[in-house]
Order: sequence, then C-alpha cells, then structure tokens
Amino acid sequence: MTALLTVEGLTKAYPGVIANDHVGFDIAQGEVHALLGENGAGKSTLVKMIYGLVQPDAGRMTLRGKPYVPASPSAARKAGVAMVFQHFSLFDALSVAENIALGMETPPPMRRLAARIREVSETYGLPLTPDRLVGGLSAGERQRVEIIRCLLQDPRLLIMDEPTSVLTPQEVAILFATLRKLAAEGTAILYISHKLEEIRTLCDRATILRRGRVVESCNPREKSAAQLAEMMVGTKLTAPSRAGGNPGGVVLEVSGLSLPSANPFGTSLRDISFSVRAGEILGIGGVAGNGQDELLDALSGEAAVTPGAVRLRGRPIGALGPGPRRRVAVLAAPEERLGHAAAPDMSLTENAMLTAAIREGLAARGFLKWPAAKAFAEKVIAAFDVRTPGPGNAARSLSGGNLQKFVIGREVLQRPEVLVVNQPTWGVDASAAAAIRQSLLDLAASGTAVIVISQDLDELMEISDRFAALNEGRLSPPRPAQGLTLEEIGLMLGGAHDMEVAHVAE
Amino acid sequence: MIRLEKRPQPSRAWTVATPLLAVALTMVAGGLMFALLGKDPVVAIRTIFWDPLFHEQFASYSRPQLLVKAGPLILIAIGLSLGFRAGIWNIGAEGQYIMGALAGAGVALALYPLDAWFLFPLMVVAGALGGWAWAMIPAILKTRFRTNEILVSLLLVYVAEQVLASMALGLMKNPEGGGFPGSRNLQHYPAAANTELIAGTGMHWGVAAAFIAVIAVYVLLTRHILGFQIRLAGQSPRAARFAGVNPNALVVICLGLSGALAGLAGLFEVAGPGGRINIGFNQGYGFTAIIVAFLGRLHPVGILLAGLLMALTYIGGELAQFMLGIPSAAIQAFQGMLLFFLLGVDVLSNYHIRLGRRRAA
Ligand SMILES: Nc1ncnc2c1ncn2[C@@H]1O[C@H](COP(=O)(O)OP(=O)(O)OP(=O)(O)O)[C@@H](O)[C@H]1O
Ligand SMILES: [Mg+2]
Repeated sequence: MTALLTVEGLTKAYPGVIANDHVGFDIAQGEVHALLGENGAGKSTLVKMIYGLVQPDAGRMTLRGKPYVPASPSAARKAGVAMVFQHFSLFDALSVAENIALGMETPPPMRRLAARIREVSETYGLPLTPDRLVGGLSAGERQRVEIIRCLLQDPRLLIMDEPTSVLTPQEVAILFATLRKLAAEGTAILYISHKLEEIRTLCDRATILRRGRVVESCNPREKSAAQLAEMMVGTKLTAPSRAGGNPGGVVLEVSGLSLPSANPFGTSLRDISFSVRAGEILGIGGVAGNGQDELLDALSGEAAVTPGAVRLRGRPIGALGPGPRRRVAVLAAPEERLGHAAAPDMSLTENAMLTAAIREGLAARGFLKWPAAKAFAEKVIAAFDVRTPGPGNAARSLSGGNLQKFVIGREVLQRPEVLVVNQPTWGVDASAAAAIRQSLLDLAASGTAVIVISQDLDELMEISDRFAALNEGRLSPPRPAQGLTLEEIGLMLGGAHDMEVAHVAE
Repeated sequence: MIRLEKRPQPSRAWTVATPLLAVALTMVAGGLMFALLGKDPVVAIRTIFWDPLFHEQFASYSRPQLLVKAGPLILIAIGLSLGFRAGIWNIGAEGQYIMGALAGAGVALALYPLDAWFLFPLMVVAGALGGWAWAMIPAILKTRFRTNEILVSLLLVYVAEQVLASMALGLMKNPEGGGFPGSRNLQHYPAAANTELIAGTGMHWGVAAAFIAVIAVYVLLTRHILGFQIRLAGQSPRAARFAGVNPNALVVICLGLSGALAGLAGLFEVAGPGGRINIGFNQGYGFTAIIVAFLGRLHPVGILLAGLLMALTYIGGELAQFMLGIPSAAIQAFQGMLLFFLLGVDVLSNYHIRLGRRRAA
C-alpha cells in the first residue's frame, strides 16, 4: 500500500509541555487508522496540525507524495483533508442545509445543496432531513451533519476526534457502517477514541502516543483492550473494586420534580421521583438530551424548583441556589467542562475557587484566600493525576480528559454528602476513567450518596448499586443494578430512541 | 501573508505594551492628519502632550488642570469598568453624572445659606444617591423586563439633560442672578464648596475620591468574592451561575456602583471646578470615561494612567486649538484615533501574528 499521508518528526511545544515530540507515522489509502493515548498524550494536537489549525514547531508532512503544509483549515480542506470535531460547531436555530452551507467556501444554491445532502446521506446510510432545525436533533444526528459537511468535500482523509463519546450504541453502529463504506471507497480515516473495544472492531492499524511520543504501532485486532490500555499507559491496569458495604439511611429524596426547560430545544423534567441512601451509587442512564442537563441543574441548584421536590435528610432544599446547596454538602459536576463546570480563561486556582470557596474555607468575610485556593488546586492536581505544568495554567490549555479529572476531583475532595455527576468519564482515557470510577466508589464507601448520570451503560453497571433510566424527561423507577439484563435495561430506556436500523447501500 | 493564531492564554507582556503602542500609533496617524491640515505635526504633538506640563508660560495654569480633568474621568471609568467586566454595559454615565450634580447641588441650594460642617458630607451622599437612583432605572428595567441596558441608560442621558436645563432655568436659578440662567455659584458658598486641598495642584475632594476608588476597586477585583464573581460572569456566564452568582443581583450592583461613582463625580464637579448648575454643565465626561475604561483595559491602575493621559489630550487639545488654530473636530478625531488603535492592537495580546506562509520546516 502506498502511504496517503506521511508525518515525520512533527513537534509542537506549549509552555511547560511538549505536546508532540518528533511524531512520525503514515496512513495508507482506505485505511482506518487509530490514534491512541492517555489524556494529554498529544492526539488532538497532532490532528490539529494535520488539519492546519495549529502550526508545528518542526517536522514535515507529505500528502500523496507532495510536501503538505496546511496554513489553515481551509487550505487543508482544499488538499482533501476533513475533520469532525468532538465539540460540534452548529447553530441551533438554523436548518441542517443552512448549517452545512455556512461551512462551505462556495455553497451551491439551497435547492441543489439539499438534493446533494439527501444523495450523500442515502449513499452512506446517514439518515438526515436537510430542512430540519439543528436544535431539535440528537447528538448522533448533529454529528451526521458534521460528517456530511465533510463528505460533500469528497475528502481523501477524514479525521475524527473522539466521535463516539456522545453517541448511543445504535448511532455508533450506523457511524461504523458509514466509515467502513468510506474506507472501502479509498478514503483514509484517522480515528481518535478512548473506547478500545470500538477501536478493535473498526481499525486496521493503531499508532500509540505516550507523553507526546509515538511508542508503538500495532494491529488492534490482535490485541486485547487491556493490552492496548497497558501500551498506552506503560503500566498494568487495575479494574475498579468496590467494598460492597451496606447503604445507610436515605440522604437525598426527590419527589414529584417537574421543571420546564429553560431553553427551547431542551427537555422538560416530568414528575421525577427517586431517593438515594448514604453510601449508595444511583446510576441514571439514557441517551443525552433526555433531560440530563436539566436534572443536574435541578440538583445543583442552578434551576430553582419547588422546595419540597428535593429534600436532604427530610429538609426541603429545592429552592436553594448553588451556594447554599454547597453549604449543606450537596455538590455537582456538570457534563460540559469548558464554560459550565470551569471557566476556560481562568487558571486552575481560580477554577478551584469557583466551587470550593464555601466548603474549603477559601473566603473569609468575602475576602479571598488565594494561597489556600492554590493549595487546594494543587491537592486536586496531585490526587487525580491531572497533567498540567501547574495550577496557574488556564483551564482551556488542559487536554479534555485532564480537565475532566480536575473538575471531578474538585468536588470529590470537598467531602460531599451528596454528589451528582453528569458524564464523569466523558473523553477520559481508560486508566483515568478507572481512577475516576474508583474515586466515586471510594466516596460512596465513605458514606456519600452518589448520583451518576451517564450514557455509558457499561460504566453504570460497573459502579451503580441501583439503576434508573431517563427518557424524555421521565425517570423509570430505580432497580437494583445487579442481575439486570440487557433486555431489561433496554425496556427501561423506553427503546423509543434511534432504534432505526442502519441501512447502508451496499 | 499574515495569519493570526490564538494564544492559549493572553500574553502578559502585550497586555501592558499594547496601550503604549496605541499611543505611539495615534501620534503618527494624528501627526499625519495635522500635517494634512497644514500644521507642523511635531509642534502639534508637542503642544498636545508636552506643553501642558512643561511649557514655561502655560504650565502653571494647565498643570493643575490635569488632575481637575482626570479626577472625574477616573472616578466614572472605575465604576464603569466593573460593569464592563461583567458584561453589563452602562453607557449612560453622563446622565448619572448630571443627576448626581443636581442632587448634590440641590441639597446645598435648598439649605442656603446654612453654614454647617455637615453640609458638604450631606451633599456627597446626595450626589452618590442621585447617580445611583438614575442608574437603577435601567437596572430594574433589565432585571424585570429584560430590556437592553445600553439603550435605556443612553436614552436617559438625554432625559437628564432636559432635567438639567429645566433646573437651570427654573427651580435652581439664582434668585440674585439678574434673570440669567444658572444657579448660585457654590464656589462662593464656603460650607458647600469643594475647594482645592493643596493649593496650585488641582487636587480636590473628587480627585481624592478617584484615587480611593482606584485602590478600592483594585482590592475588590483581586481579593474579594464580588470582584471574582464580576470577572467570572463576564468571562463565562454559565460557569458563573454554576458558581452561584445571581445575574440579576450583579446587574443591580454593577449599575448601582457605576451610577453612584458617576453621581459623585458630578457632585464634586458642580461644587468645585464647575461651580454652578447650568445648561451644558456636563462636558461629556461620562462618555469619555467609557474610552478611558477601555484604554485602561478595565484595570484600575490602567484606568488611572488612561485618565491622566486622556486629560492631557484634552488640555493639550485646547492649547493646540488656542495656539495653533487646530479645529476642535480634529482634536476629537485625534482622541477617537486613540480608542481605534487601542482596540486594533488589542488583537496582539490574544493572538500570535505569524508572518509568511511557512515557518517550521
Ligand atoms: N493551547 C494549548 N496551550 C497550552 N497547552 C496545551 C494547549 N493545547 C494542548 N496543550 C497541552 O498539550 C498536551 C497535549 O494535549 P492534547 O489536547 O493534544 O491531548 P489529547 O491526547 O488530545 O488528550 P485528551 O485525550 O484528554 O483529549 C497536554 O498536556 C495539554 O495540556
Ligand atoms: Mg483530545
């Protein structure tokens, strides 16, 4: 096979870290190539350089035998390189076709474009209606918009940075069928994911990065997921273990919680009831967009609800805002880390102040104790192995997974009585995900009532004591997680979502 | 080819250097403009920036003017900067300045000729309250009805100007003024006058208040939870709500504080250098302070320096009009350039500039 893209000696340094250190690898035509590595290993940095978003400090790239020096993403697109980002850049209030037109250099007339979109979406089995508003689409459908936007440019190389972290298993199946078909037609695919089983089913080759360097290259089908994880980390992995203590009395009780959604594309919560005991982990599963964000807002205090709808040891706390809830040790870690859980342009020290001022005594009579905040940030960084040069760095300079570790660690270390987390291991590598799950288990073992909202059913089955499903703003009655079969879970999830079978034109 | 690459964090060095660069660019472009107007650019620039402080003949008059003009600019800009940092846009400081002056002067004129120690402090309180109350109108409309505070605060400037005119012609008119519009001169009313604290420096209570405000806001922003919340709300509104910041409370606090400080500036002006309530008493300090706030990068120390610089261009501009016959419109254009270049070079602190198509090989 001839190489489509060859990368040699690519180097990029940021203050305090070398994100890529003489990285070299190549991708053949029609190959599905995985890029593996821990959080902060430099995967995103590498593909951003290939896509012209970041300029390398040194190194060389060759595309189809010619030197390739993309000065910008539009130059990369002209050369036939397309990229789907983990964070979608779509406008809710515009239609699918309008969103796609916005990303094109010279969009054709709307009618022609809509016809092209239909054509491509049929060829690749990506069901999508051009005139629907993006605001009403699920995460998987949004991603299809991004993919189709790429496919319309007829790329030779398609880069996908963690594309499946927000998809349901059905959506993942559809995506994989599409990618296989693309590869069969000769398009090379560079695929980043922390989900090792997916990599094993999809990819032909894997390049493994550790701390900015290529450490190994292998055929992922010949390795087990555990082996791959160990190659990434360089040490053996330990699966989370739980102590299996007996839960105590009910700590948090939610009854008849209803909340109209604040945003027109959100989901309203309808009559949600459940309770969590001390030392127990309640797992809440379901496809994103079924009220997860709203439920977190209601529990964190960002959205005020009727006082009696949320009770802490019998005391109504529904009307309390986020500050007073922290004071009574009800803590939360939202899903969106940049801009919600953390302020992107502020340092980690300032972000520690953001939620820990009350419980860690970082403020006295309104005056802030910055040295104490810095010490607390350092404590989180050390305890959760956050890879960063120091607490003075801005949140947005951390890699996705490392910021996630910081955000979770910041709440766990504040001795919560109730902790609510939404997608705790979103974009986190296997070993760090195991560490985060372990910390949640340990927290429960020490008597905290933990609520884990997640799309990852394996994760929920691994750590929850009881399981409930959130579907269109309603919560199923929680059931003991042990012994729950896949069919039972499917039934609890309501099964209404995206069960359409992928139909790929062969 | 020139390309911009976003920096992971804003550059410290450029944050400090860009205002200086902007001043330099303004001198060049302004010099060009003066040359086109047929004036010697070097002389014009020297008249604006140098002569007010060091000219042997005029400096003794114009040097104290520096603090007199800078005082209100700094006081108002410091207040505005709090809101601007939080994304709350009070554009109507000019109106709050007028209302503060009216409230403060109103107290003095109502109690005339009372000679008591507490009169001046009472006026100060009234001035702050006047500005605060005027700013509460956009604040309450925003929090209750989600109106745009930019529009409301701006339009209230014109209302305030009408109130000022009617006061100058009616209620507050000097009964011994021979029918001319305008109030009594508070400078001639010792218990109410805001006198120079150190003779020959221009230092009056308003300037002192401006310095105190600079220090207080510096401490607020770096050490106090309210300052932290203000910065957080401006940078990341959703994270601010997660942190427990109440956006409505922030609107009331920021508009209230900036209104009160603008009102104070108005009071110190009417009781001091201005002397009397009259039509046209406001000289655009409230609007210029917006420029000062941005020129100082919304940083208290920056605002202090920017206020002094802006005052210098005012005094120097007047001097240039008087000595060289440069039209006042050209002086205003010159001041506008300063803001334009500042915002223009601002890019440097957030982006790398990459020259050429290719650097790395
Ligand atoms: N803009 C930036 N400024 C400073 N440091 C950065 C910047 N972008 C990335 N880094 C650093 O470079 C390293 C590599 O980051 P990168 O985002 O490439 O990791 P990643 O492999 O994609 O990790 P993840 O799996 O967590 O997304 C990290 O240490 C990160 O902190
Ligand atoms: Mg990444």
